[in-house]
Amino acid sequence: MRYMPHTAAEREEMLTKIGVGSIDDLFTDIPEESRLEGLLDLPLHESEMVVEKNFRKLAAKNLSPYSVPCFLGAGAYQHHVPSVADHIIQRSEFLTAYTPYQPEISQGTLQALFEFQTQVALITGMEVANASMYDGATSCAEAVLMACRVTRRKKAVISGNLHPHYRDVTHTTLQFTEFETIDLPPAVSGAERVDDHITSEIACVVAQNPDFFGRLHDLSALAEECHAAGTLLVVVVNEVVSLGAITSPGEMGADIVAGEGQSIGVPLSFGGPYVGLLATRQKFVRQMPGRLCGQTVDQDGKRGFVLTLSTREQHIRREKATSNICTNAGLCSLAFTIHMSLLGESGLTKLASLNHSQAVTLAEKLEAIDGVDLLNDSFFNEFTLRLPMNAASAVEKLGEKGILGGVPVSRLIPDDPEMANLLLVAATETCSASDMDDFVATLKEVL
Amino acid sequence: MLNNKGRPTQPAAISEMDTVVETFTGNKGLELESPLIFEQGVPGRVGVDMVDPQPVKSRLGGLERKDPIGLPDLSEPQVLRHFVRLSRQNYAIDAGFYPLGSCTMKHNPRINEKVARLAGLGDLHPMQPTSTVQGALELIDSLAHWLKTITGMPAVAMSPAAGAHGELCGVMAIRAAHEASGESRTRILVPESAHGTNPATAALCGYKVDAVPARKDGRMDLDAFAEQLGPDVAGVMLTNPNTCGLFETDVKKIADMVHEVGGYFYCDGANLNAILGRVRPGDLGVDAMHINLHKTFSTPHGGGGPGAGPVVLSEALAPFAPIPFVTHGENGFDLVEQRSGAAAKSFGRMKGYHGQMGMFIRALAYMQSHGADGLRQIAEDAVLNANYIRVGLEDKLNSPFEGICMHEALFDDSTLKGTGVTTLDLAKAMIDEGYHPMTMYFPLVVHGAMLIEPTESESRQTLDQFIGSMRHLLDKAKTGESDYFLSAPHYAPRRRLDETGAARNPLLRWVPPEPAETEETSLSAAS
Amino acid sequence: MSYKFTEDHEWVLLEGDVATIGISDYAQGQLGDVVYVEVPTVGDEIAKGDELAVVESVKAASEVYSPVSGEVIDVNTELEGAPTMVNEDAMESGWFARIKVTNSSDLDDLMDEATYKTFVEGLDE
Repeated sequence: MRYMPHTAAEREEMLTKIGVGSIDDLFTDIPEESRLEGLLDLPLHESEMVVEKNFRKLAAKNLSPYSVPCFLGAGAYQHHVPSVADHIIQRSEFLTAYTPYQPEISQGTLQALFEFQTQVALITGMEVANASMYDGATSCAEAVLMACRVTRRKKAVISGNLHPHYRDVTHTTLQFTEFETIDLPPAVSGAERVDDHITSEIACVVAQNPDFFGRLHDLSALAEECHAAGTLLVVVVNEVVSLGAITSPGEMGADIVAGEGQSIGVPLSFGGPYVGLLATRQKFVRQMPGRLCGQTVDQDGKRGFVLTLSTREQHIRREKATSNICTNAGLCSLAFTIHMSLLGESGLTKLASLNHSQAVTLAEKLEAIDGVDLLNDSFFNEFTLRLPMNAASAVEKLGEKGILGGVPVSRLIPDDPEMANLLLVAATETCSASDMDDFVATLKEVL
Repeated sequence: MLNNKGRPTQPAAISEMDTVVETFTGNKGLELESPLIFEQGVPGRVGVDMVDPQPVKSRLGGLERKDPIGLPDLSEPQVLRHFVRLSRQNYAIDAGFYPLGSCTMKHNPRINEKVARLAGLGDLHPMQPTSTVQGALELIDSLAHWLKTITGMPAVAMSPAAGAHGELCGVMAIRAAHEASGESRTRILVPESAHGTNPATAALCGYKVDAVPARKDGRMDLDAFAEQLGPDVAGVMLTNPNTCGLFETDVKKIADMVHEVGGYFYCDGANLNAILGRVRPGDLGVDAMHINLHKTFSTPHGGGGPGAGPVVLSEALAPFAPIPFVTHGENGFDLVEQRSGAAAKSFGRMKGYHGQMGMFIRALAYMQSHGADGLRQIAEDAVLNANYIRVGLEDKLNSPFEGICMHEALFDDSTLKGTGVTTLDLAKAMIDEGYHPMTMYFPLVVHGAMLIEPTESESRQTLDQFIGSMRHLLDKAKTGESDYFLSAPHYAPRRRLDETGAARNPLLRWVPPEPAETEETSLSAAS
Repeated sequence: MSYKFTEDHEWVLLEGDVATIGISDYAQGQLGDVVYVEVPTVGDEIAKGDELAVVESVKAASEVYSPVSGEVIDVNTELEGAPTMVNEDAMESGWFARIKVTNSSDLDDLMDEATYKTFVEGLDE
C-alpha cells in the first residue's frame, strides 16, 4: 500500500526489537472476544487511478452550477475564486500543518491569522475578530452564548428574518443550557417590530443584514434601543461581499458580528467547509469564543505572533470554557485572507458594486414578467420574488431546462402557505448577460 | 592562451567571521520575511481584474458605505509572494516528522485534494435541487457506509464540523434520548485524563462533570467508577484508546456498568487510528463516537481546520440524530432537512447545510485507497511504530505506565529532574533538530508529559533518526548543557515568543500607524 | 488585624466588618506570570465557597473561592490594566475584592500567618 513505507522484513525486525513475536501481541489489550480476525466487509485497496475514476463517476452524476446559469444563494454564494488562493492553500506548509501551537515554527499560519482577524475587523467595522468558527450558523449560536455571558442575561430575541439554519443551529446549541430565545416569525411584508421585545432581561437581539429575504436594514436605531436596555445587538452577515457596498454593522452600532465568509475565497463545496466570522468590541474579547492570534515579540525583539488568551478555551478551562469549540476553519480562513488581499479596498468595493448592478439588472428583468412580484424595497445581490405558482415546482422545471433558478423559500421555511410561492434569487459577478436572458426567458415558459 | 577567467568553484578558505551575520533586509538567505499585508499596499493597485459594473439605479436603500474600509491594495504577484514567504515559516507533515500525540499527523495524499476539486463535486451549491446532486448524496451515503462498517455501528450523523462538534452531537443525542424517556439525569462521568473538550461539551449540554481517577496502570479505576455510578448518571465519556495511549482493557465492563444504570457510553474517537480493522467500537458497547476525519482519515489539518466529526450512533440513539441526513427515496437519494417524518425525534441542526462535504470527499478517497486491508494495516503500523519508539527511548525516558502502548508512546519528565531542563525546553531543542515537538503537558495526569504519536506513514529510517536525536538531546540535558535547551530554538524563523506579553496586552489586529509614520512604513514595505 | 489564609492560598484581611481578599505570595509564585484577573462586580452577594474571581496565567486559569459570605463593596479595578501587580505585590496592592462580611466567624477556621507558612512548607516537600 503506497502510503505505508514498511516492508514485511522491516516489520519483522521491528517486532523483534520491541520484543514480541507477532503484530497480534501488540493488540492483546483488546478483549479477546471482540478482536476482529478477518478483514472488514469492505473493498480492498485501490490504485490512485481507480480512485480518481470512482470520483469522476460520482461527479458526473451532479450538475455543476458553473456549467449552467446559476442564481442560487440563501446564504451560500457563487463567486469567482482567484487561482492564487487555491494554489496557496495547497502548499504543503499550509495544507499539512497542525494548529500553530509551536509559534517558532508556525509563523506562516499565525501571521495569516492575524491578517485574517484584521481584515474581518475592518470589513465588519468592529474592533477585534477571532481566528474563525465552523461556519456562519455556528458563529451565530456562539454569538448568542457570548452575549448571554457578557450581559449575564438569559434570553435572546431572534429576528424572523434570520436565515432559518442560523436560527435552528442557535436553538440546538442553546436547548440544554439555561438560555432561551424569543423567536419572531418571518416578516415577509411590513417591518418587523423587534424593539417591542427589548427589555432589561434580554441579552441580545439577533438581526441579519442583508436579511434572509435579501432586504437591507439600517440597524442604527435598533442598536440604540438595545443599548438603552443594556442589550447587545448581534448582526449576522452571510454575504460578506455586501460589506464592500453598505454601511458596516460596526458603524450601525453592532456589538457582535457573526458572519459567513464563504463568499471570499471558499468554494461552494455543497455547503462545507465554510468559514464562520465572529467580530466584537475589544472590551468583550475575554468572553469571545474560539482561537485568537495576537502580536508579540520573540527573544531577539523581532515581531512575531502567537495564539493567545487560550485560558478561555476548553483545553484549559474545561467545563468553564467559553465554548467547546476546538478547531477553527484554518485553511478556509487562509483562502479568505488571500482572496481579500487580492481584492483590497478597490477590489472589494468594485466586486460589491458589480454584484449589486448584476442583481439590479436581473431584478428589473424579472419583475417585468407578468405575475412576478419583487418583494424587496432594497437588496444587495439577492432578492425575493413572489411567483404566480409554487416556487419549488418552478425551480424543478427550471432545473430540467438546465437553469439553477434560485432557492424556493419553502425549502428552508416549510409548511407555511405564505412562503410557498416565494423564490430567492441571487446574481453575482459570475452570471453573464446571456445567463440572465436565458433565465428570464425560461421562467416565462415555466410560469 | 590559457583562460583563467571565470567564477571560483571552491569556497574561499578565509572566513574567520562570526557565523551569525546581520543582513540589511532581515532575511537570511532562503528564510524570507514578509511584512504584514497591510504594510505593503499602495492605493490603486489591483489584484483581481473584473469588468466595470453597469450603471444602475442603486437599490441599497440609502445604506451605501460612506467611509473607506481600510484594506490595502496589492497586485497579484505581491500577494502570491507574500503568502509563499509566509508558508515557508511553517513546519508541516509534508516536510518532516510531526509526532504530535493525539493529533494523528499522518501523510496527506494529494489524490484527495485533486478529487475534492473536481467540477461537479467541489463546486456544488448546497441548495441545488436534490435531483441535480445525486452523485453528492451517493458519496455521503457511501462514506456513511464505510464509517458504519469500520465501527460496527448502525447509524451515523454526518453533519458535525469537527471533533468537539461531534462530541456535542453525541452528548446531545444522549440527553435527547433521556428526555424522550422522561428522565432528567444530571451527571456525566469523565476520566481525569480526558480531553478538555469532554467536560466543556458536557457542560454545554447542561451536565455536571465528575472526574473518575485512573488506576496505576493508566486505565480508568473501575471501583471508583462503580462508586460514582448511579441513576442520575446520563453517561460516561471515555477516550479509547485513552489519552495515555493505552487501550481501556475493561471497556466492555465499563459499557455494561453504565448501561446497567440506564446511562449511555460516549466514546471519544480521537484515537481511532490505533484500532482500525482490529476491533469495532460497536462490539465494545459504545453508543456514540465521533470520528475525526482530519485525523484518522487524513483530510488535512490545514493549520487548524477545517475538520469534520461524524458521529456513529447505536440503535438507541439513532432516532435522535441531527438533521440533515441522506435517505434512499423512490427517485434515488433524498435529503431530510426538517425535523419531521423520519427526523421527528431529531435533536436539531448543528450547522448550516449538509456537513463538511469537502472533508467527506477526501476521507472517502482515503478509505478507498486503503480498502479493508489497508485500514487494518494502518492500525498495525501505527501501533508498531509507537512501540518501536517506546522501546527505543525507554532506557532514557520514564514511561509512567508499563507495557505495550497503542498508537502513541507516553513519557514523563522524571529523567529531566535536576537538569534545569523542562519538557518545554526539550521540545524547543527538537525544533533545532528538524522535528515538530511531541504533545507536551498532556495528559494532565502525567508530570511534564511527552506524548509521541508517530503514525503509520513514517519509515523505520525516520523513526531511527528520531530516536537517535532524542537520545542525543537527553544525554546532552543530563550532562549539564542546560543553556543549550533554555535558549532553543536557535534555527527557527523566530526564537521563543513572549506569550505573557501577548496575553497581558492583547494586540489582536493590525492598527494603522500614526500619520507621521505612514510615509516611512510604506517606503520600507516597498523595498 | 492580621492576615488569615485558606488552604487554597487566598488571604483575608478583616478590618471592622470589611474583608479584603487576595491570593498569597506563594500562590502567585506557583501560577507564574498573571495575565488577567476577572474580579466580581460591586454589589454581588457572595456566599462562602462561591467563585469570587478567576486568575489567569498564560497556561492556566484558577478560580478563587470566597472564604467569607457577604456583599462585594469594592473591587480592585487597577488589576485590569496591570495584572502584574498580583505577581509583584500579591499581599497588598494585588488585592482582588472587599467584602462586607455577614458573619465574621467565617474566618475562624482559617490559618494564621505562621500556620500557613508551615502549611506551604509542607507542600514544597
